[in-house]
Amino acid sequence: MTPPPAGAPLLELRDVGKDYGSVIALDGISTTVRAGEVTCVLGDNGAGKSTLIKILAGVHRADRGQLLLDGQPADFGSPREALDAGIATVYQDLAMIPLMAIWRNFFLGAEPTRGRGPFRRFDAARAKEVTRRELAAMGIDIRDPDQPVGTLSGGERQSVAIARAVHFGARVLILDEPTSALGVKQAGVVLRYVAQARDRGVGVVLITHNPHHAHPVGDRFLVLNRGRSLGSFAKADVSRDELTRLMAGGAELDQLTHELERPPT
Amino acid sequence: MDTGAASEPSTRRADERLSAVGPLRRLLVKPELGALVGAVAVFTFFAVQSDVFRSARGVANWLDPASTLGIMAVAVALLMIGGHFDLSAGVMTGTTALTVAIVAGEFEQNIWVAIAVSLVVALLLGFFNGWLVTRTGLPSFIITLGTFLMLQGLNLGLTKYLTGTVTAGGLASAPGFSSAEWVFASRMTILGAEVRVAVLWWVLFTALATWVLLRTRFGNWVFATGGDEVAARNVGVPARRTTITLFMTTATAAWFVGTTLAVRLTSVQANTGTGQELIYIVAAVIGGCLLTGGFGSAIGASLGALIFGMTQLGIPYLRWDADWFYFFLGAMLLLAVLANRLVRRYAEAARR
Repeated sequence: MTPPPAGAPLLELRDVGKDYGSVIALDGISTTVRAGEVTCVLGDNGAGKSTLIKILAGVHRADRGQLLLDGQPADFGSPREALDAGIATVYQDLAMIPLMAIWRNFFLGAEPTRGRGPFRRFDAARAKEVTRRELAAMGIDIRDPDQPVGTLSGGERQSVAIARAVHFGARVLILDEPTSALGVKQAGVVLRYVAQARDRGVGVVLITHNPHHAHPVGDRFLVLNRGRSLGSFAKADVSRDELTRLMAGGAELDQLTHELERPPT
Repeated sequence: MDTGAASEPSTRRADERLSAVGPLRRLLVKPELGALVGAVAVFTFFAVQSDVFRSARGVANWLDPASTLGIMAVAVALLMIGGHFDLSAGVMTGTTALTVAIVAGEFEQNIWVAIAVSLVVALLLGFFNGWLVTRTGLPSFIITLGTFLMLQGLNLGLTKYLTGTVTAGGLASAPGFSSAEWVFASRMTILGAEVRVAVLWWVLFTALATWVLLRTRFGNWVFATGGDEVAARNVGVPARRTTITLFMTTATAAWFVGTTLAVRLTSVQANTGTGQELIYIVAAVIGGCLLTGGFGSAIGASLGALIFGMTQLGIPYLRWDADWFYFFLGAMLLLAVLANRLVRRYAEAARR
């Protein structure tokens, strides 16, 4: 695939690899993340998805290969550096406090303030207003920003976390298995917000083991198996069934199908 | 934009999902509501049966124990919201009171010097508690139990060593005593009743704590640290600093109450404050603080202290045996804990 001439991708991986001691966790991974596109990272358990996120989020450094941000080599020493470069990660546990109101969670750690000196205070009115506006812009209608996050459903919580990352200037949004613990309907809701973030020009990295979730929303698919890339495909080049087959290890799935079939009588 | 039209069906969807949350339940989520209902009920109960209780003098009488307890309960509530206990808070009021009495009485320093020394001691103790808790990750319950016992021993041991008795006194003759008395122990007449200045300080501290908790960044961090420390740290909340600050706040409250006791009584018993720490926690829990942290209110803790004061004096006003006081307090505590459990269930009902 030749990249479209729209300039450098937001984020590019070139032959990235990572070892944990003698275990090769990742090797030879290449893909691109473009503004306004969704790059899906697919793979079964142990395929290296988590390691890849950690490299992108600045938790780990790659041992081999290159990470390019806006075409420039980048090297993140800490999650903070990645965040400052506009790469936000929404982990599975979401980093939200269930007993706290939505607007308090939304601005946690980055509270807007008013006044100065001892009178510096949390600008609650603005925080509520921005929370409501940002969620509305994502198509999330929260009736009452004062309700505790714990009363939201899993899908709604994911959506608030996504809206938060987008609001705080994420250019690349990494979503770690956002649909894995959700029912079919809830997963659909979250995927809709992923599409919303994409339409607002964010480059999304969607990590999942579910090709049925990945295929409708993805523009590019990176399939991992046991730490290696089975290829990086554009949407036009791969069907959902092919993705499923690739993920399960292709021939292995055929073998399994064969084994599970009723023997001919 | 057509948000008006577009949000209409989704609003209805949200309503449908949240239909179980009636206005009553939403009100229940206010942490101080239970304590408010309790305070009104206790007041009514005693006021109906005793006209001394509802007289201006009676009110001033039961506000007095509520005030010093309330100042401590508010600080302890902040700490509990932040996810920790301080069992040394009670005995620390004794430590600070003794420090004031010994420095001013035995060493014959200006009383303001003594008060300043006492503040430094309190801040160091609070820092020590907080530092140890954040460093080791051990439950604050056990760490402050350790400092509690150590301070109890130190209070007695050092007082005996320095004064030869179990009392430190002679404050009234210290230089600067009258100004200190004005700040910590003056009385004023309101509606024909003599009210101690501690009541004013109590109201002031409650208001300040409420403002800090609800309207500052620090307050947001307190809720977050108590609610889920790891998640809070992941989004950049300085959880460690928050915890240490909270322990130092509790110690500062203990200093204030200790100084008030010392200046009021002009001599201090070495066992002052011992056993009070659980009463502070009881007041905070009656006020809606969850034992698991992350939820509660300063006003609630003050109402808890008010209930305590009203009950403590209301029972003798009715000429009941004082033994009933603890039964009453225990029942209030159980009721409060059961009510708080409902709140937590509600807030965590819809996980995933």
